[in-house]
Order: sequence, then structure tokens, then C-alpha cells
Amino acid sequence: MKRMLVPAAALLCAALASPAAFAQKKYDPGATDTEIKVGNTNPYSGPASAYGTIGKTIGAYFKMINEQGGINGRKINYISYDDGYSPPKTVEMVRKLVEQDQVLLVFQPLGTPSNTAIHKYMNSKKVPQLFVATGATKWNDPKNHPWTMGWQPNYQTEARIYAQHILKTKPNAKIAVLYQNDDYGKDYLKGFKDGLGAKASLIVKEVSYEVTDPTVDSQIVQLQSSGADVFFNITTPKFAAQAIRKAYDTGWKPLHYVNNVSASVGSVLTPAGLEKSVGLITTQYGKDPTDPTWKDDPGMKKWAEFMKKYYPEGSLIDASNVYGYGVAQTLVQVLKQAGDNLTRENVMKQAASLKNFETDTGLPGIKLNTTADDYAPIESVQLSRFDGKTWVRFGEVMGK
Amino acid sequence: MSRRQRIVFAVVLALACALPFLVSNYRTFQFTLVLVYAIALLGLNILTGYNGQISLGHGAFYAIGAYSAAILMDRFGVPYWATLPVAGAVCLVAGFLFGLPALRLEGLYLALATFALGVSLPQLLKYHHFEKWTGGVQGIVITKPDPPFGLALSQDQWLYFFTLVVALGLFWLARNLLRGRVGRALMAIRDHPIAAEAMGIHTAMVKSITFGVSAMYTGIAGALGAIAVQFVAPDSFNIFLSITFLIGIVIGGLASITGALYGALFIQFVPNIADELSKAAPWAIFGVVLIGFVYLLPAGVAGGIRMALARWRAKRQNI
Amino acid sequence: MEAFLHQVLAGLATGGIYASVALALVMIYQATHHLNFAQGEMAMFSTYIAWSLISAGLPYWAAFALTVVFAFILGVVIERVVIRPVENAPVLAVVVVFIALLVILNSVTGWIYTYTIKTFPSPFPAQPLFGNKYVSSHELGAIGVTLAVLLLLYGFFRYTPLGLAMRAAAQNPDSSRLVGIRVGWMLALGWGLAAAIGSVAGMMVAPIVYLDPNMMGGILLYAFAAALVGGIDNPGGAVFGGFLVGVLENVLGAFVIGNELKLAVALVLIIGVLVVRPSGFFGKVYVTRV
Repeated sequence: MKRMLVPAAALLCAALASPAAFAQKKYDPGATDTEIKVGNTNPYSGPASAYGTIGKTIGAYFKMINEQGGINGRKINYISYDDGYSPPKTVEMVRKLVEQDQVLLVFQPLGTPSNTAIHKYMNSKKVPQLFVATGATKWNDPKNHPWTMGWQPNYQTEARIYAQHILKTKPNAKIAVLYQNDDYGKDYLKGFKDGLGAKASLIVKEVSYEVTDPTVDSQIVQLQSSGADVFFNITTPKFAAQAIRKAYDTGWKPLHYVNNVSASVGSVLTPAGLEKSVGLITTQYGKDPTDPTWKDDPGMKKWAEFMKKYYPEGSLIDASNVYGYGVAQTLVQVLKQAGDNLTRENVMKQAASLKNFETDTGLPGIKLNTTADDYAPIESVQLSRFDGKTWVRFGEVMGK
Repeated sequence: MSRRQRIVFAVVLALACALPFLVSNYRTFQFTLVLVYAIALLGLNILTGYNGQISLGHGAFYAIGAYSAAILMDRFGVPYWATLPVAGAVCLVAGFLFGLPALRLEGLYLALATFALGVSLPQLLKYHHFEKWTGGVQGIVITKPDPPFGLALSQDQWLYFFTLVVALGLFWLARNLLRGRVGRALMAIRDHPIAAEAMGIHTAMVKSITFGVSAMYTGIAGALGAIAVQFVAPDSFNIFLSITFLIGIVIGGLASITGALYGALFIQFVPNIADELSKAAPWAIFGVVLIGFVYLLPAGVAGGIRMALARWRAKRQNI
Repeated sequence: MEAFLHQVLAGLATGGIYASVALALVMIYQATHHLNFAQGEMAMFSTYIAWSLISAGLPYWAAFALTVVFAFILGVVIERVVIRPVENAPVLAVVVVFIALLVILNSVTGWIYTYTIKTFPSPFPAQPLFGNKYVSSHELGAIGVTLAVLLLLYGFFRYTPLGLAMRAAAQNPDSSRLVGIRVGWMLALGWGLAAAIGSVAGMMVAPIVYLDPNMMGGILLYAFAAALVGGIDNPGGAVFGGFLVGVLENVLGAFVIGNELKLAVALVLIIGVLVVRPSGFFGKVYVTRV
């Protein structure tokens, strides 16, 4: 009897708490009793194909969810197209997803230019452009663009945290900045300058590089000769590794901040040389698969098992595969919350009401929170310093 | 045109006009892109197919055209239709100027010089001194035009018809040019440069002007493409775009006007099919197809169709 | 002044990279009179083979030697299977085939090895020579290797019958055939040699820029510029051109035009040399006969 009572009571509570539970099933295009269509674009070819693995991880994750019974009994039908990191192609593919495949939502389109190209379209069509794969700041704008939402901490927030840390620990710093000459690098630089505020004059030298440059050695030499004692390194993995190595080899010993994009022990610091990376500072929100700290972490073990079973050809040291797992898990949570009310409006509403959600791959204490006026799921990060083997987190979890 | 050709043309044109009413807006948008690519490929074909000057960097002129249109619309409020002649003129001049030094380059060297142009142009677009016009790395978002005179068409349908009219005009112009004296001069330079010079063709001038006209076609296509996609950014115009154009003319058919259309259909639709077949290595598939065409069908689809027709006719006569 | 000197030295180090790739480009030009747009990707692919061998536990130099042999065979096979059929086709067909090879190799490598960057070991000591802070031991070693390859090539083309036969076959196929040189095989051999040199370049470049499928993308254009500056048919000139481009790029980028326009340096150099002096500094001037 007791056994029967508990579920009955739970049902009653649920019924009282949310009248919606008894509401009829509601569907927009892309949702039925048996499936939910999720669209995606990713660069499987072209200059940014290194990130194509994210789209594959997401596909593998949904396959796992479907094998486990799907979401509220519905299978995810994941349709992912190659856009070659070319904005015109993204426009075409996203229109195909929305108008022809009739997906419920577009999930994780990758790249700032690609997302900029479809921003207007998605919002005029009122189709969710959910958890875009870029850290630009403009995605958190629920007033003007209620159908677009980012996921990772935005670049400017992260850069501001470094700026604050510098102002606190080294108020008379002479700062050198290296940044990639594109939207990503410039967004970081802007956040960093905003964070320094009146003290922006502390920056004594800023130089850019292009992704087509074979090396950034020349840039490092320029920065070093400026006499700076703090170095903010806004680079993607390959160039971050080159910069760390060259800075060390030239005998320049600045206080060295490296952006989260390139904080992977396996794919950046190991190539650069672990002994050359000692003392680096970064911020983290996710667990690094190559950091020994997480060897026995239950969340990362789940991730490793997932990789082995569903995406065996994927790299175990690539942070993109951890990222893809975390973001896919977040979408599954949103769709679970949406229950049987699978309208586009409700999907956005649920995405905007995440409460202290934690992914398997997020750092302890990093919780996803969103509200109707706050479209930035992850806003907290933690500073970490590299000790030659692993990232040691220090200070408190910062941000909201 | 022979009577038969005229009938075929009329049927194709009727189909092209009916198309937007038969398919979805999304498909209409895709066919607009086909027309845009066809114009761009025609431009490249005038240069490479007819005149024998290889360009591996025509994406650069497409980009210049696209940016001209976007800047005029966004910064100066020029109506979309008025940006086309400007984009064309800008590219005509740019192409002519690039063609002047390129005159001295033959075959492979020209390929190399244009390759360098195609690779380095995205960087020039980002250059910070141009940023107030180009929007720098962020690019420019533009608004899609509404149909005029209160026509009961969707934006996509209207833009399709607009592009169709422009394309027809440009194809008509190219046909008249290439079928006449100019076309013969171009091909003479391609096949026997020294003999052409001896016959009194001003090789240098003809080659530079060809470069300009070719760039103009591709630039107008770029402007139309920008209006259709409503966005330009340096990332839209990397070297893969130039390579795609090259693939288009080789597969469509070199030195063939209709070839541009076949090539455009190929570069628009085949990548999507390849993508659906396999995410592993889509460009490897194009590479193999490309080599296959060079070996088996060097005259491209257009040449293949011509050959098949000729064979069919020969057979019929034998009966 | 110190900053300037440091830029020059760093430029020489990157110049070494361009020089080694330019050498492979010149090699293929000498043997076949083609500019191989797929040269960089062939070198990159061979370097991945070396990486696989080393990962499988082979000692560095054994893997090195095997890779050179592999690359040689790859070059010969590509010439025989892919280039042969378009031997007498117009230039455009050849260019198209090169471009096709480029995208195929790039895309297939990414598919097999993924796009994550990989470290590639260096045979040279990790500590800089004499504790200097300007140039690493690997960069010096790589320059040494490039110069050694250059010497070998020089000797090969000047003093060995095979080398002379190859030069003859490239310059005047018809006459060569008359004196009994098997021109077809000479071309294949040229491809093999160029691919082998390319693989050495790849293995010297990879420790500096890290191994990834797009590793050669940026380098190729600079290498073309280097080869042209030196004279596309002169190996020594190409090496000199490599150093010159490396230094120019750094000095101009750091002090004159800014880092944003570095690629434009390559563009201007390529077009400038082609227009003003197509034979480069050290190349021979050819006159076309009607």
C-alpha cells in the first residue's frame, strides 16, 4: 500500500503544482508523438573543420539518448549539415532545416559569422537558434532577439575576469596582448579593455596574427621587446602552443594568461612543453579530459564510456568532444522540461528557465542558470594556474 | 539560333518562369543562387575557357562585388538594384588593373598569381583602415528587398525573377560577344598567341579587357549573391570559393555558355548530396569527380551533351 | 636595435621553413615544368605517415628514412597514375588535377587523423645551442638539413648521369628521346624526388608549426613566393628566396605595414617578381621560339 501511495501522492502534487501536466499535447513543426527533429550546421569541411567533431559528438550523444528510450518517449531525429564555415552556406542549410526538413529548433550552429548570417532570419521566423557554438556577447540579447541563445561563457566576461585579476594582483602591470584577427579575438580584446576600464593604458603593446600565419614567433618577439611583464594570450590551440613555447624560449617570463579556448593540457600545453607552461593562468568552466585531476571523476568516466561506445573514432584528448557532450546534455534537459508541450515558444521558455543545472562535464560549482532576461547559461568560471602537471583551481567561482 | 534551339530555349525559359510557383520558397532561394553562380561561372569561363587565362582567384572579384553592394546599401542607402552597375563597374576596373600585370604571365604563373590573390583577399577585407566601410571581421548584414509595385510575390520569388532578368541580359550579351569577332579573337589568343598577334589582334589590350569583363560578370554575381544571402563577411570568400568556381567551369564545360548553367547546378546541389552521403571527407569526393571529368569528359557536361546529341543525330540519319 | 636583430633571426628561422618547401617546388619544376599546387599537401601527408611510424614505436631516423622512401614511391605513383593521362593536355587540365589532389589529400588526411594538432618529435636537442635565446636547436638543425639537401641536389644534377638525363628530359624531351633517355620515367623520377624532398621539409616543419592537416596552407604561398624570388628553376635561389621572404615578412610585419598584411607581402612579391623579373634573381631567362 505504501508503495502505491508514494507515486500517487507525487502525481497529485505534480497535478496541483502545474496544471499544464494535464494539458493537451502541443506540437509545432518538428515534434510528434514519436520524434523531435533537431537541426544543426557544422563545418565538416573547409578551414574550420577541426570543429566538425562537435557536431559528430552531439549526434553520438543523441544516439545514446535514443537507445536509452529517448526523451519522454520521443526519439531525437538529429539532422546536421555541413556549412564549410561559410556564412552563405549556413544561410542555405538553415533555411533547408527550417523550411524543408521542418525542424523544431536549430541547435548549436557553429561560428560567429555563420550565426550572424542567420540571426535575423531565425528571429523573424520565430524558430529557436539554441545554444549557438560561439562565445560572442551578442547572443545574450533576449529583448531584441528572443529566439537566440548562447551557451558557453562569453568571451568578454572571461576577459574581464583576467582584467580584474591583473588589477588586483599587479596594479602596475605592463600588459602585452596577442589576439587572433577575427571576431573572436576582437571580442576578447574588447572585454579585456572594458575590464581594465580607466587603466586600459596599462596595455603597452597589442599585436594580431592571422590564421594563415605559419607561426606567431615574430609577434612574440614584438611583444617581448615591448618590455611587458604581463601577457594576455588570445589564441586558438595551435598558435597558443607556439606562443607559449616561443615566449619561454626567448627567456621572456611574463605573468601569462591564456584564454579558455586554449587551456587543454593534452592539445595545447603538452605540444608546447609542460615545463614551459608552468605558471600559466586561465579560467575554466568544463573539465579537461587530459587533466589528471579528473581521472576518477564520475562525470568524466561517463564521458569516456560514452566516447568508447558511441564515438570510438573521436579523439579522447580533444576538448571539443567534451564540449559537445555538455551542450547536448543541456539540450536534452531543456526538452525534458518541455514535456509534452513541444512548441517552439515553450522550448525557448524552458531554455530560459534552467535552474542550477549541472552537466557531467562542467566543473564542480559551475551551474547553468537562465531567466527570461538572462540568456547566458554559463556565466561563472574559475581561475586556475598550471603547476606543470595539472590545472590547480584557485579563488572562488567568479561571475554570476 | 536554329529553330530547334529556339524551341528548347523557349521551353527552358517558360520552365524557369514557372519554377518559383511550383516549388517552396527555400527551393526558389536555391535556384536564385544557381543563377548567381551561373553568372559568376560565365565570367570565369570568358577568361579561362575562351581566352585561356587561368584564374584560381575569382572568388576575390565575387567578394569585391558583394562588398560593393553591401557597403552601398548599408552605408549609403542605395537601393539594391542600383548597386549592380556600380559593383560591375568596380570589378571591371579591378579586373582590368589586375589583368595589366597579369598580361605578362602565362599559364601556370597566372594561376599562381591569382591563387595568391584568392588566398590573401579575405585578409585585405579585414584590414582595419577599411573597417568603417567593410564592418571589419563582423561583416555587414543587409536587408532583403521587397517586391515593388505591390506585386503579390514573396521576397524569395521576387529576387529570383530579378536575378533571372539580370542573368538573361548578361548571358545574351556574352553570347553576342563570344559568337562574333571578339570571341574568335579571344580563342585565337588562347590557341595561338603569337599567330594571333601576327594577324593584327592587339593581344595585350584584348587580354586585359577580357580580364576586366570577366571580373565584372563575377562581381555582379557577387552583388546578387550578397543581396540573396543578406550578409557579407570575410569568411564567406575564402580560397575554397575560388576553387569551387574552377570546379564549376571544368564540370560545366570550358568555353561553353550553357556550361556555366550546368556548372552552377553542380556546385549548388552536388555538395549537398555529398554531405548527405557522408560527413567524412566531402572535398575528397569533389577531387575525385574533378579528376574523373578531366580524364573522361574534358569538355564537361556541355560537351558531353553536345556529343550525345551529335551521335543521336548521326544514328537517325543512318536509318 | 636588438628588437630588429631578433626579428631578423626569427625571420631566418621561419625562412628555413619556406626554403625547404620551396626546394621541393623547384625540384618538380625542374623535372616537369609544372608548379605543383599539391606539393604542400603531399608533404603534410608524408609527415603523417612518419608520425604513425614513430607512434608505432620506430626510432626517429628509421621512421625518417622509411617516410622518405614512402614519399618517393607516392610521388612516382601519382605521376604514373594521375598526371600521366594529362601530360599532353592543356595547362588548365594540369592545374585542375593539382587542385583536385590538394583537396583530396587534405580532406582524406583530416578524415584519417582528425584535425587535432599533434606534436611531431625533433631529432635535435631540446635546449638551444650555446644557450642563445634567439633560435632553437631544431630551427638551426632544420636549416642545416635544408642546406644538406640542397648540396645533394646540386651534386646529383651536376655530376650524376641520372641527374643530367633528368634535366635533359625536362628541357628538351624530343632530343632526349633521340639519345635514348626514357623521358616518361625521368618525369616520374622527378616527381618521386620532389615528393621525397617535400617529406623531409614536412618533417622539419612539423615540430615548429605542429602537425595538422592544414599545416601547409599558409606556408605554401610563402614558399611559392620564395621559389619565384630565387628563380623557379634554381634550387640555390629558392633557398635564398626562402630566407629573404622570411626576413622580409617579419621585418615588414613588425615595423612597417603591421601584422595584418603579412600575406599581402607574399601576394605583392609573387606578382612583383612575375611581372618585373619572371626569372627571379638567379633563374635563367628563356625565350619562346615560334
